[in-house]
Amino acid sequence: MKRWDRRGATGRLARHEHPSGPEQLDRRERPAPQPPVAAASDEGLRASRVGRQAGGRILLDGVSLAPPPGSTVGLLGPNGSGKTTLLRVMAGVLAPGHGVVTLDGRTLAETGRRGVARRVAVVDQHAVTQVELNVADVVRLGRIPHRRAWAAAGPEDEDAVREALVRTGLADRAGQSWHTLSGGERQRVQIARALAQQPRELLLDEPTNHLDIQHQLELLSLVAALPVTAVIALHDLNLAAMFCDRVTVMKDGRVVAGGTPSEVITEELIADVYRVRAVVTPEGPEGRPSVRFLPGEAAPGRF
Amino acid sequence: MTGTAQAPEVRVDQASVAGRVAGARVLRQGFLWAAGVALLFLSVAVAVTIGPARISVPDVWSAVGSHLGLTDARLTPIRDGIIWNLRMPRTLLAAVCGAGLAVCGTVMQSLLRNPLADPFVLGVSSGASTGAVVVVVLGVGGGAVSVSAGAFAGALCSFALVLLLSHTLGGSTDRVVLSGVAAMQLFSALTSFVVMTAADAEQTRGVLFWLLGSLSGVGWGDVWMCSAVLAVTLSICLGHARTLDAFAFGQEAAASLGVHVARTRIVLLCTTALLTAALVSSAGAIGFVGLVLPHAARALAGSGHRRLLPLTALAGAVFLVWVDTLARTVLDPQEVPVGVVTSLIGVPAFVLVLHRTRRSA
Repeated sequence: MKRWDRRGATGRLARHEHPSGPEQLDRRERPAPQPPVAAASDEGLRASRVGRQAGGRILLDGVSLAPPPGSTVGLLGPNGSGKTTLLRVMAGVLAPGHGVVTLDGRTLAETGRRGVARRVAVVDQHAVTQVELNVADVVRLGRIPHRRAWAAAGPEDEDAVREALVRTGLADRAGQSWHTLSGGERQRVQIARALAQQPRELLLDEPTNHLDIQHQLELLSLVAALPVTAVIALHDLNLAAMFCDRVTVMKDGRVVAGGTPSEVITEELIADVYRVRAVVTPEGPEGRPSVRFLPGEAAPGRF
Repeated sequence: MTGTAQAPEVRVDQASVAGRVAGARVLRQGFLWAAGVALLFLSVAVAVTIGPARISVPDVWSAVGSHLGLTDARLTPIRDGIIWNLRMPRTLLAAVCGAGLAVCGTVMQSLLRNPLADPFVLGVSSGASTGAVVVVVLGVGGGAVSVSAGAFAGALCSFALVLLLSHTLGGSTDRVVLSGVAAMQLFSALTSFVVMTAADAEQTRGVLFWLLGSLSGVGWGDVWMCSAVLAVTLSICLGHARTLDAFAFGQEAAASLGVHVARTRIVLLCTTALLTAALVSSAGAIGFVGLVLPHAARALAGSGHRRLLPLTALAGAVFLVWVDTLARTVLDPQEVPVGVVTSLIGVPAFVLVLHRTRRSA
């Protein structure tokens, strides 16, 4: 825990040196800022006008996403809206057809596969393996981008694994077989594996899809509390409203709305994007929006 | 917040426990490793003594010593010849084949994420047999081309066909396996066709013996060639050990861990196919070693390839040394094809392994 706090502190320090986000306001008042504006807005992982086609179908159409460092961003939208494709492009697993994904201003291709994997970790909705692995084995996979060929795992690798296990509350489960874990525990192990990569950006593709409501809440509060920038593709609007600092809504490969949950999650937007009638009230935690769906189809929307 | 306050204590506790567990594991692995190497040396030494001519372990040592220039020759030329020219290369090639096939099987299973994969899944053995049959039965090459060379060429043809097929079919893992199955069927049919239409009874018997895998009549040339290819392949595979670990949750997960999936796949498929081709062209298609030994070794060493690959190699080597000894002595003076014995022993072993892993499914 202590190490993580220190990491958070150094993260804030770095942000002071390259101001962006909340600090940008102060900066504007100062007369002559040292770092150029471009460098400041380059920080972290960002997609700029990313496009991708497959088999004549447009999957992504000029999507830009710049999650503020340290924030939790929800990625919303109906099935086939391009959420998964966007996450894969941002993880460097899929090359963008147009546009560019940058990590601190350098493109993913310039950063290199291993360089990206040391910074950006991915958790999928459902991890499947036939290999006999225990929890610690799975978490150790997260050290692969940090290790060299031929070399054995070093003490810093074991430290990172142990920290990830403690952080996710799995320290006493290290020796348990992966195949005996429940769905919720498996996802927690995958998050521990992602943390062992020591990422600053975490991309999660519908990580709560196969979980019961208790584990959904548990997993998302764990992710929201991590000292990383998290982008989470989600289906559940209430969960997105509860846990995300910002949400981005996609439809047909395009971004149709973005902002805080209160700004974005409205009855009109739900009708437009999902073709569903809903009542949205500010009854969630901290006055965040709460969504209740109504039967019957909504009128055709703007998008 | 109480959780944050308690965390440091918990960590210290966990650290010491984890440290102890890791220490015990290193010790256990070290012991397994040393025991394996000792067992392999002993197995080779003892296996050489077994056979019609009575030879003792000290005889083996003195023969080896004299040929390496360490001691003076004290054996009769005949006994020395039996040890050095007949039994020694055969036993060593058995060890190399066992090690190589087991390593190739491990890599194929991990890379293709298929527990049924083995070194022959890409049709290499069928291609090799077609190549061998074409040389033996049809006399292609007019005697200038050896059976081994024909088999090697056939194996490479088959592998190239599989690569081409899987590439045009989209290149995903299951496409590679399906292309392998297709190539295997095609070349088996070609082999049967040539044998049925052109071979006489004597040739058929020889071809069949070779098809089932046999280590009889091998020489030092085969040993050196196969050992060299094994050494290169093993070191390339060990260099990719952590990459192979990354494939546990699939290609996509491996890619997100920084693995160049396409490059890794082509490098490992090519090196293992080359090793398999070399082994098959020397000793025929010895089945089952590459399928069963990796599963058995995983049960012993866990699934981390850095430890798994060397241990699989050792296990495969020891296994095939003894199976070949059995194959050449059990029906003495007649010899049983070693591939028949591996399968007779392998099937019950495989059932045991499957039974053991049943609970986790």
